[in-house]
Amino acid sequence: MSVANKEFKPLIVAFCCNWCSYAGADLAGTSRLAYPAEVKIIKVPCSCRVNPLFALRAFQKGADGVIICGCHPGDCHYSTGNYYTRRRITLLYSLLDYLGIEKGRTHLEWVSAAEGTKFAATMNKFVETIHELGENVRLEDLRCKSE
Amino acid sequence: MQRIGVFVCHCGTNIAGTVDVAEIVEMAKPEPGVVHAAEYPYMCSEAGQNMIINAVKEHNLSGVVICSCSPRMHEATFRKAAEKAGLNPYMVEIANIREHCSWIHKDKAEATQKALTLTRAAIAKVQLNSPLFPDESPVTKRALVIGGGIAGIQTALDIADAGFEVDIVESTPSIGGKMAQLDKTFPTLDCAACILTPKMVDASAHENITLYTYSQVDKVEGFVGDFTVTIRKKARSVDFEKCTGCGACSEKCPSKKSPSEFDQGLCTRPAIYTPFAQAVPNVPVIDREACLKFKTGKCGLCETVCAPKAINFEQEDELVERKYGAVVMATGYEPVSLDKFGEYSYDSSPDVITSLEFERLTNAAGPTGGALTRLSDKRKPKSVTFIQCVGSRDVTQRGKAYCSKICCMYTAKHAMLIKEKYPDIEVNIFYIDVRTPGKAFDEFYRRAEDEYGVRYIKGQVGKVIDNGDHLQIQAVDMLDNKKMELQTDMVVLATAIEPVESAKSIATMLTASIDTNNFMTEAHPKLRPVESPTAGVFLSGVCQGPKDIPETVAQAGAAAAKVIGLLVKDKLMSNPCTAKPDELYCNGCSVCENVCPYGAISYEDCEVNDHGVREVRRVAQVNKALCQGCGACAVTCPSGAMDLQGFSNRQIQAEVDAICR
Repeated sequence: MSVANKEFKPLIVAFCCNWCSYAGADLAGTSRLAYPAEVKIIKVPCSCRVNPLFALRAFQKGADGVIICGCHPGDCHYSTGNYYTRRRITLLYSLLDYLGIEKGRTHLEWVSAAEGTKFAATMNKFVETIHELGENVRLEDLRCKSE
Repeated sequence: MQRIGVFVCHCGTNIAGTVDVAEIVEMAKPEPGVVHAAEYPYMCSEAGQNMIINAVKEHNLSGVVICSCSPRMHEATFRKAAEKAGLNPYMVEIANIREHCSWIHKDKAEATQKALTLTRAAIAKVQLNSPLFPDESPVTKRALVIGGGIAGIQTALDIADAGFEVDIVESTPSIGGKMAQLDKTFPTLDCAACILTPKMVDASAHENITLYTYSQVDKVEGFVGDFTVTIRKKARSVDFEKCTGCGACSEKCPSKKSPSEFDQGLCTRPAIYTPFAQAVPNVPVIDREACLKFKTGKCGLCETVCAPKAINFEQEDELVERKYGAVVMATGYEPVSLDKFGEYSYDSSPDVITSLEFERLTNAAGPTGGALTRLSDKRKPKSVTFIQCVGSRDVTQRGKAYCSKICCMYTAKHAMLIKEKYPDIEVNIFYIDVRTPGKAFDEFYRRAEDEYGVRYIKGQVGKVIDNGDHLQIQAVDMLDNKKMELQTDMVVLATAIEPVESAKSIATMLTASIDTNNFMTEAHPKLRPVESPTAGVFLSGVCQGPKDIPETVAQAGAAAAKVIGLLVKDKLMSNPCTAKPDELYCNGCSVCENVCPYGAISYEDCEVNDHGVREVRRVAQVNKALCQGCGACAVTCPSGAMDLQGFSNRQIQAEVDAICR
């Protein structure tokens, strides 16, 4: 990976829906498809369980990127959940834009249970984007810093 | 404060190879709430589970974190172990340090650090877990099988024999599917019809099986144990009860120009037809697009000749709503379209045919009575050339990347069938690899080559040119690494197979997932191959992946066993991770009701005690039997009154905080 600042270890929170993307991440693991260890996955039943506030919370606590993965449109286990996600995340983009947070720090991607390759590729690309954007300092609550 | 136990699995070297397990144990101990931490080579083994059970009792644990493989793998195992120890099973959280960590990272320090973070997140979550109790829901003791080919028939027969009622929905006028079109079957050369038609008759005669032919699934609602399905019985224009199946109508029908679907368009059929002689049920349908009565209003000959007065031009589609406990997908396959494979001249030359068309040509019940003739000039070919992997193992965008699995064997079968009937016909087969893994398969292929003198050429065909009298094949012989030309009279293309087009929409209705090739996804590719990840939906036959008839029948039986295992239960435990409103915060705005895909939320006037003030308010109520726990309502609620048990706002935030620590 081409990284300008080798010292920078980004912190990335990934929300994956139980039925497609989490299984896609499992498949990436089973297939030994590497992606950076900076990505930490939180399991949610559906991408629509991801409150945009969770992303804000992550940024506030020092995350450099937040990625949300769900089933492909039309394939949602709960029929319509990912449509809500799509709308909510679009609004989140606007809010983050208003706050001055780069749009690239949040990302929404559809990954099915069979797309282990896509999961790994998505994470690799996202981590690269975060490397390009550098450390997130704008929304970070400095009081959260330990030192 | 919870009393948490952390158990770290080595998984042999799968985890311990890249994650320092001992360090995870040490680092977990000072975490808030953790009173015990231990490691074990195989946590899922009986000894590992006993270790957890004993620790729960010894240390009086109230929550358990297992650092191991994916929860999709062993969450149920560990929850059961916790239950044995007297703990509520929902007090267990899994930190996935195998699939999400040790298997994808090589650097030990980095992987250990990540595993620790994931462990901390799980500890933080379990701190906020509370015991959950599943509700019981009833099971409708009836199964639906979608698709009436050999997969669907076998599944239905097995379920019916166990004493449960089964409905088969088949889109064409008869059950039988692709197997009914075949001539012989490999590797025994059994006659397909001889072994299939008795099963078709069994299915139709079985007291527990109801056939819905010429029908389709329009709508699916509900969930495991309690699906409500709307079946559309397309208008047959023939009264099912009155028809005797005499066939007089088809005989007299003046509109006989429609291509026969059953014969792959190699011959025509009347507008009122049964697809084939042994059709089950033996009741014809009127193809309204071809029927003169429907097109011009004149004719009605069939009505005149029908002695039992079964013809009914006014018949309309009928919608039937039924309840089922389980649904089996058995939708099967179609050969892929050859539109993008112009080099084989399939569209332009009648003497280039697909394998399924060849099955009809060589079948005694087929359009030529089993005589092998060129479609262009009705001449018996002197030489027939087969091309394998047409559209299979094709990594360009036009084909399928997977192996269709059945083509090598049926092509060897076709070659043998030709040689049996006409030893003088020369048979060539172009192949990439000959794949014959199966009982008596390789012997079968070698017989074709050694005993029958079939010429196998390792090579790919670049072009087929029809020059009237003959077909000219340009190819590369890969063993000699030379260009070659071959003159032949007939070309048979071993066309790749893909799931039927409707599989995708049916899967969507069932909220069952499909892969990038539209094959149904299994709950686990190795351990749960006949179940869909969606509870209550089972998979039978090629809808799950390419397979031959014995494999299909085996899978059909396996799917039936799973269905029977479900239907014998009187009650199912529902998922307790459901939405729960806080009446104090709910302002009755109805936003959650609008986003719920299951109609699980309603509003009731309830007496609420708001800090000592008692008043009646309109507040949300969740029907736990209907709620599937997606969490859409919890996010949409403007006042934060709605939350999802097991994935609460505080739990997920705690995980975020732990990861960002």
